[in-house]
Amino acid sequence: MSEGISQPDQPQPLEAHAGDKDLFSKFDDIIALREGLLSQGREDPFNLVMEKVLSPTRAICNGRETILLGTYNYMGMTFDPDVVEAGKQALADFGTGTTGSRVLNGTYQGHKECEEALREFYEMDHAMVFSTGYQANLGIISTIAGKGDYIILDIDSHASIWDGCAMGQAEVVPFKHNDIEAMEKRLKRIPEGAGKLVVLEGVYSMLGDIAPLKEMVAIAKKYGAMVLVDEAHSMGFIGENGRGVVEDAGVIDDVDFIIGTFSKSVGTVGGFCVSNHPKFEIMRLVCRPYVFTASLPPSVVATAATSIRKLMHGSNKRAHLWENSKNLHAGLRDLGFKLGTEEPQSAIIAVIMPDLEKGAHMWEALIRNGLYVNLARPPATPAGMTLLRCSLCAEHSEEEVGQILEIFEKSGKETGII
Amino acid sequence: MDRAEVDTKIRELIEPFNKKGVELKDETTFQNDLEFDSLTVMDFVAEIEDEFDIIISMNQQAEIENYGQLVDAVHKLQAGA
Repeated sequence: MSEGISQPDQPQPLEAHAGDKDLFSKFDDIIALREGLLSQGREDPFNLVMEKVLSPTRAICNGRETILLGTYNYMGMTFDPDVVEAGKQALADFGTGTTGSRVLNGTYQGHKECEEALREFYEMDHAMVFSTGYQANLGIISTIAGKGDYIILDIDSHASIWDGCAMGQAEVVPFKHNDIEAMEKRLKRIPEGAGKLVVLEGVYSMLGDIAPLKEMVAIAKKYGAMVLVDEAHSMGFIGENGRGVVEDAGVIDDVDFIIGTFSKSVGTVGGFCVSNHPKFEIMRLVCRPYVFTASLPPSVVATAATSIRKLMHGSNKRAHLWENSKNLHAGLRDLGFKLGTEEPQSAIIAVIMPDLEKGAHMWEALIRNGLYVNLARPPATPAGMTLLRCSLCAEHSEEEVGQILEIFEKSGKETGII
Repeated sequence: MDRAEVDTKIRELIEPFNKKGVELKDETTFQNDLEFDSLTVMDFVAEIEDEFDIIISMNQQAEIENYGQLVDAVHKLQAGA
């Protein structure tokens, strides 16, 4: 689950108004909801413009200097001088874009180097770079699990996973979030001989909780299923080498595919899949979201490759980010806020708001006091919760975390939430 | 189990989810009459799956709009299990 503002990650059909020939009539309810929220004179939480970006943790937003606590820039690589320099150099040497598919004229030296960096980062045999993280999930899932195959997935999966399931036309069997027993029951009932793919995420981005991968991967293997784990929110941070929850749980050698993105810890845009499957390279020919789109610009793959190589040696930054996560979690809890997890499990700390209206009010107080967080609201959230989602960066200093807590205290008191 | 027995069992299972006590007929719809949201659907489907030891995939769920269709589908699935 994640970025959906007015829609859940799991796609829901919208009903058109009977007899109305305007194809847009199915959006009328959403239009009314949005107008209702804006008519209360609030700053639109979903229309924020960053006029200037000062650093990975600071920007000028709507005219105010603001601490950023709602980006996915976990490792703060966006302004790393080596990374920026690599991008500039590639822009000068290779131009602004490839204007072609990876399978035609769109594979440059930089794309190969980027895939090489990924293979080294994960110590895996194969790496395939997609133009976005969304396309990586869409492409791999839809291509490997087709009609007659079964996909068993967590109900809180990201939209790109749901869309990949729908595109491939496999039988889709969801189970209750992080429920090991519910997952096993469903695996057990799948007809004998059917192809099985279990899809899990390392970190679930709404509450910042992690999956019990040690148990879940073992069960998937017991029933002969292939396992795909999306590690979008853990790469670079979780695990000794930053390879994700699969590394931390000691199951990296048992998973068949890891999906990741360049738009979070890596600090640019793009997606990837790494695997040890002996036939993996055929994906480059049969995976439609890989074939039928232009490849990433040379500057993007150059910055990604440089950033990935730096993340291999990021253990000090990882340690500092854990400190930040622990400090923010403890600080918010001590102020009396209700949090999404008992203990900090990732770089995401979700603050649970009493309802949407109070949540929107609190979001606005925070932004006026100089702090940006993500407002996450139903139907994109689990169990209809309204959340203020805080995502930390390794470049947040200890003092900044202190400032963040002061702003939360001030805003929480202004709005009567604490 | 014959269709009537499946019907009786599902009536029992649906009770805690039927908060408004809507009368169940074959044409009662889950979305409009019973007002099930996606989370309720997941919990309710899980109950049925566990009771009958079957899988109702989301692809199959998409074809089931009303109560009668559910009873038919479960009757068919459990007979094949």
